[in-house]
Amino acid sequence: MADLAPLGRERAWVLVFLAPTLVGLALGTVGSIFATVAISFTNWDLLTDPTWAGVSNYQGLPGDRLFMKSLWNTLAFSGLYVPLTVVLSLLVAMGLNREIPGISLFRTAYFLPTVSSPTAVGLLWTWIYAEDHGALNEMITALGGDPVSWLGPKVALYSIVIVNVWGAIGGGMIIFLAGLQAIPKDYYEVARIDGATAWQRLRFVTLPALAPSIFFQGVLTTINAFQAFDYIYILTRIGNGNSTMPTLVFSIYRSGFRFFRMGDASAQAVVLTAIIFAMTLVYFRLQRRWA
Amino acid sequence: MRRWSDLAALAVLTLGAVAMVLPFVWMLSTSLKPAAEQFDMALIPHSPTVANYPALFDIMPFHLLLWNSFKLSAISVFGQLLTCSMAGFIFAVVRFPLRNALFVLLLATLMVPGQVTVIPQFIIFKWLGLYGTQAPLYLPSFLGGAFGTFLMRQYFLTIPIELAEAARIDGASLSRIFFTIYLPLSKPALAAFAIFAFLFSWNDLFSALIYLPSDLTQTTLTVGLALFQTQYGGQWTLMMAASLISVAPIIVAFFVAQRHFIQGIAMSGFR
Repeated sequence: MADLAPLGRERAWVLVFLAPTLVGLALGTVGSIFATVAISFTNWDLLTDPTWAGVSNYQGLPGDRLFMKSLWNTLAFSGLYVPLTVVLSLLVAMGLNREIPGISLFRTAYFLPTVSSPTAVGLLWTWIYAEDHGALNEMITALGGDPVSWLGPKVALYSIVIVNVWGAIGGGMIIFLAGLQAIPKDYYEVARIDGATAWQRLRFVTLPALAPSIFFQGVLTTINAFQAFDYIYILTRIGNGNSTMPTLVFSIYRSGFRFFRMGDASAQAVVLTAIIFAMTLVYFRLQRRWA
Repeated sequence: MRRWSDLAALAVLTLGAVAMVLPFVWMLSTSLKPAAEQFDMALIPHSPTVANYPALFDIMPFHLLLWNSFKLSAISVFGQLLTCSMAGFIFAVVRFPLRNALFVLLLATLMVPGQVTVIPQFIIFKWLGLYGTQAPLYLPSFLGGAFGTFLMRQYFLTIPIELAEAARIDGASLSRIFFTIYLPLSKPALAAFAIFAFLFSWNDLFSALIYLPSDLTQTTLTVGLALFQTQYGGQWTLMMAASLISVAPIIVAFFVAQRHFIQGIAMSGFR
């Protein structure tokens, strides 16, 4: 790569240009991670001075029913949300990757939920899912069925997965469309001349060419899944900072910013980060095996 | 045979597209119904009215919420564009020790969830006396960021380095090369990133919720909507009008600048 070596006083400019990023990296990210780990070993309510707590915040987690429920919900949510989002957005992208007049209207339609505020759209979904006079239950009762408590503790997981997938398909679709359009048309011509079936073209041309996009989409969607918050906050929160389907981020929000238990919230944040790092490592291992 | 499978695929895709758009149509239709019709499932109101919209502004200072969200998003876009393109420029154009190591470290922070950094940041802002002000919602955007820096660097790498070399022979400084050559040539990337940053800030709920949970004169539209939900839950015609004024500006902007929107999202795929 050809590039410029800074001369004399230009070195000062290099520092000036990098300064915001360096401060952000040092304080905002690296420093904050260390600080969070340090705080997780204390009890601190921000009103009185922090006191040393050792590992008690971590030891308390397995016995904390809300935390364990959040952990389970987060894993279950991710287990459903990630494959559904990746597969559906890939299918939509393949379906829309053709030259038909008016196809861009379709892309716009699928993209609309992605750009809209989850808070605002979440309010609409609270109505769709509402137990009394909600849209879904109105339809069910009109057909002679019994109303369902869509956001109650039993079904909320699935209802929340559906909303989140609905909101994420458009983003994934755009990335897969870009990947699909980068595949040279000749590959398909050659495959057709060789007599490859549609399934074989998919299996031996499309999917291998898309492997890098699928991999990155998988990593990004997983990271997003573990951090899902907006729809869950709007759709499942009940009184006193509780939720019918708390996730880890919801639990961190509740401990840290509703009840100001900073040590406890930090310990949970460290656990969440460790899980995300472990998942990312697994992805990179898998990628090495396939590629 | 291919035609039949094409038709079937299109039918399924149409169904999916309807599922994507229908909620928005319904949001609009409900917001135009009088309260008495709120449980009427008809898509077209029997006696349409716009009364819900002025009613909103009587109940809550929605004009302030809209203004706050807009102002904070605009400041954040400015901060992100400036600091990320400055860093991206240095990473793309200038050779300096530890450049690659620093860049990899920066990229690695993409994996770091915001929840593990938010607690110390909250404590620092509180200690600075900025809790309950808007500063925590825009100051961080002036500290660069891995995503924007990566994006701008990738774009700057496509600009021939000979332009910078020639300008330098003519005596231009690095900052001059950046402001008069690289930035003007990068409008598409800047536009796409600006949209991405704007959406991120406009749609943000978590930070606004922790720094400005209840002050209706200072907080954002997202927190306003959440508070509105707890107070007026069940009054769906009002709620849908409130949602619509949050979604509408983005949808209008989307139709005006669709190409840049899609590019902004596509670039987040790190190709």
